[in-house]
Formats: sequence, structure tokens, C-alpha cells
Amino acid sequence: MVENRPFLDFLTHLVLIVGVLIVAFPVYIAFIASTHEPSAFVRGVMPLLPGDNLVQSYSTMLGEGHQIAGTPPVWLMLGNSLLMALIISVGKIAISITSAFAIVYFRFPFRTLAFWIIFVTLMLPVEVRIIPTYAVVANLDMLNSYAGLTLPLIASATATFLFRQFFMTVPEELMEAARVDGAGPMKFFKDILIPISITNIAALFVIMFIYGWIQYLWPLLITTQEQFYTIVMGIKRMLSLADREPEWNLVMATVILAMLPPVLVVLFMQRLFVKGLVESEK
Amino acid sequence: MQTKRSIFTNRWLPYLLLGPQLAITLIFFIWPASQAVKSSFEREDPFGFRTTFIWLDNYTRILSDPSYLNALGRTAVFAVSVTLLSMGFALLLAVCVDRVLRTQRFYTTLLVWPYAVAPVVAGVLWWFMFNPTIGLLPHILDWFGMDWNHRVSGTQAMILITIAAAWKQISYNFLFFLAGLQSIPASLSEAASIDGAGPFKRFWTIVFPLLSPTTFFLLIININYVMFETFGVIDATTSGGPNQATMTLVYKVYTDGVIGLNIGSSSAQSVLLMGIVIVLTFIQFRYVERRVNY
Repeated sequence: MVENRPFLDFLTHLVLIVGVLIVAFPVYIAFIASTHEPSAFVRGVMPLLPGDNLVQSYSTMLGEGHQIAGTPPVWLMLGNSLLMALIISVGKIAISITSAFAIVYFRFPFRTLAFWIIFVTLMLPVEVRIIPTYAVVANLDMLNSYAGLTLPLIASATATFLFRQFFMTVPEELMEAARVDGAGPMKFFKDILIPISITNIAALFVIMFIYGWIQYLWPLLITTQEQFYTIVMGIKRMLSLADREPEWNLVMATVILAMLPPVLVVLFMQRLFVKGLVESEK
Repeated sequence: MQTKRSIFTNRWLPYLLLGPQLAITLIFFIWPASQAVKSSFEREDPFGFRTTFIWLDNYTRILSDPSYLNALGRTAVFAVSVTLLSMGFALLLAVCVDRVLRTQRFYTTLLVWPYAVAPVVAGVLWWFMFNPTIGLLPHILDWFGMDWNHRVSGTQAMILITIAAAWKQISYNFLFFLAGLQSIPASLSEAASIDGAGPFKRFWTIVFPLLSPTTFFLLIININYVMFETFGVIDATTSGGPNQATMTLVYKVYTDGVIGLNIGSSSAQSVLLMGIVIVLTFIQFRYVERRVNY
């Protein structure tokens, strides 16, 4: 900063510390709740210090699942979420990078039409066309399948636009040189374009992985068999028990387990993630 | 449309490259969206045997239905409060992080992770904290003589979902505000401070106006977020209740269509929502892509 103001420095750190505490507090409470016995929640206010039921809660959820709510073991749901997030992120990147390549490096009839068809999907989330999309998936016999879980969510344009923008900034000489050397379009794509886009691909992967992981409404509609439950929708099932309070220690253990993978991805890939976010949206 | 100066000349390859994306878009996007438009003009009899074309009846019925208009109003209130709350808080944190030099990475790391939390999970976390029987916050509010029960009070239910939805969005807004702040040249602030402007005056007269493109962009993104992605927050905490007090437009599309099986009305609502998004997208591209500086 421009001048030295110790009081303002102090105030800045104070605001930040309070801010961080507010942001983290709900998660702290959830973790504490997951370490207690079920009886801790019938006596009144929730506990603020850890209990001694930590291993018990987590091993129950990972091993057997929530018996009363009829959800499968958390391992299975974590696996489904992981698979879903991976298919969505890899699928989105694959179809987006090839279509951006086609749109930027070729000129062909209906190019503008194709561009607009993709453009229309930008920002229109699955939530607004939920019933007809469900009908299409049902007609294609894809209910309770990984294809049904993921394909409708792969249709989005954000990634295409990011790659298109990036390809437009790639110097023309690169492609001309490749052509002089006798490289065809696919060789240019594979040996030059993909290697120089690797940071963008990685950044986008992080964002799309999280997008896939946190999906809720779609898996809720499309899966009725336990073997396809994702962790995020599984939590909701544990909360809606008929005529009784949820078993908070088990629910909160699941909440922590559901948050851990995507949060770790964001923290470890922070630099890439921020880059991808700022580039893809602006 | 822009293109490269030099291009490849293959005839079939571009179609092959575009194929997968177009196929998925047409099957899972364009086709359902057009079905929604079609069935928004139809009425299905209760047994699903016959559908009759009824022109704009679904639309006129929705737009004269008090419960739809209420949902519209509530969605607006919800969107404005979540946006103001999360953007205000995020801006404050971003300004502070931008001020500290050595510990910047440290604070950023502690603030970005809620981005990865699912809206449902955010809802569950706050629902637990506000649980009327065991929750910590109702207990604290009780000391101040306030009775908290979002299962009874519509206002309190709205406050609950607003806090949960805003909490999740802070990290996103924070990142964009921080990026915006860091792109403002330090020389501007330095010049102003030589002229004797204090930190607060500098913020309001120099920094904040220069942040306006970021702010505007975030405004649109946040409205979109509140309208659609908060479905999970609402479903986990209040399920639209009590007495429809937290029924937003998207939640109503879901309850009318999936639970009430009123396809015509739900489709018409979907189409109206798509209209709203298209307008928002248009505004975003018109003003944000050009990076207008007001």
C-alpha cells in the first residue's frame, strides 16, 4: 500500500480473520457433530467440542451406509460421484475442444448455424427444461445408467467458447508452419494445438469436475436404484426420514465426506482453477 | 463470424469434429427445449390419453395465478438479497486481501474452498445450525428474545435460504473481485494519495468505479446462480415451505411438473424462465463482452 497505517493493517487482518471464521464455521460444526453419539443431539443444543464417536460414525457410513434411510455405503456413492464428475469433465473437454477446433480452423457450410446451436445452450441450465429432458432420457432407456446421469449435463457451451477464444489467440504462423512441414489437420491438432492448450484443459477440468460433483436435481430424478446414487443426493435421502429426526452424526459424517474431494481439488489446483475461472467467464 | 486467415480445407473432417457436440446438444438440449415449448401450448387430460392444443391458455393462466406471481416476486427478493449479501461480503474480503501483501495466498486459500461445496450441502449445513430444537443459532437468538422457527415463519425460512445460498457464493465473487482489484494499476491510487486522498476516499472515487465491469458481470452471474443453482439449497432446507414462502420459480417448475404432473403449466413456466435467462445472457454479452467502463 501507499502509506503506512498500522491501525488499518490491524483492521484489515481482523476483518479477514472474522471473515474466514464465518466462512468456516458451518463446516466446523458439521465436523463436531460427526464425532458425537446420536444421543448427543436429543439433549438440547448441539455440542461445540469434539466427541469420541469419530471412528464409529465414519466407519459406519463408509462400511454399511445409513440403514434406516436405505442408502448404500458411502464408498459406493463416492465412487458414483467420482465417476460422474470424471465422465462429465472429460466428456465436456473432449467434445468442446474438437468443436472449437472445427469452428476456428475450418470454413464449411452451416458453420455459423452450428456455432449458434452451440451458443444457445450457453447458460441455460438443465433445471429449466427438466421434464422434457427427463422424457428424452427415459425414451432412450437411459434411466438408472451412467450415460443418463452424464450425457445431458455434457451439453454445455462454456468450454467450447473458452477453447475458441484461446485458439483465436494462437499465432497463424504456427499452423502455416505445420502445413508447410506437411502436417494434416489432425496431426496439427494432436501435436501442436493440444500441447499448447494443456493449461487451459487442466483449468477447465477442475471447474467441470466440481460442476459434475455438485449436481443434485438431475441425479435425483434419473436414478432410482441404489447402485447409482451419488453422494450429494444420498445426503438428501438421509435427511428425509419419515416421522423422525435425522441421525445428525451420520448425516454430518457424510456431509464431510461429500465435501472433501472437490474441496481438495480446489485447494491443490488453486492456481489453475482461478485461471480457468477468470478466463472462462470473462 | 471471426475466423483464421489460413484454414484447413478438408470437406468432411469439420463435421466429424463437430459431430459429438452437436449430437448431444440436439438430443439433450434443443429437442427437450422445443418439446417444452410445444407442450406449453397444450393441455393433457388427467389420464394422459389426449392432448389438446390450447394456444396461450397455459400462459394466461400462469400469469394470472397469484401463486405464480408470488413466486416471481419472491424469486426477485431472494435474488436481490443473496446477490447483495454475497457480493458485499466478498468485496469487503477482496479489498482486505488485496491490501495485505505477504499473507495474500494464505487468506485466499482459506476463502476459495466453498466454491466446491454443493448447494445441497450448503443448505444442510445452515439448516443444521438453524435447527429449531438443537441448532446453535436459534439458541443464541433466544438470548435476545427472538423465537426462531423457520418451519413456521415464512420470513425466517427465507432468511435461512438466503444465508445458505449467499455463503456458498462468497468465494466465487471474492475471486472475481480480487482479480478485478489486482488489475487496477497501483499508480492511480498512489497519485490520489499524493493528492491527499485517504484510503476510504480512494476506494469510493477510484477503485470502486473501476471495478464496475466486474461488479456488473457478477451481478448477472449471481442472479443466474440464485435462480437456478439454489434448487438444492431450497430442497434440502425448506422444500418451498412453509406455506410456499420459499417457492422460487425453478422450484415451482419442479413441484408443478415432477410432483404435481401438471405438464402444460410446468412447461409454460420453463419457457418463461428460458426467456428470462436469454435476456440475462444477452445483457451480459452486450455489456460485459465489450468490457464497458462506465
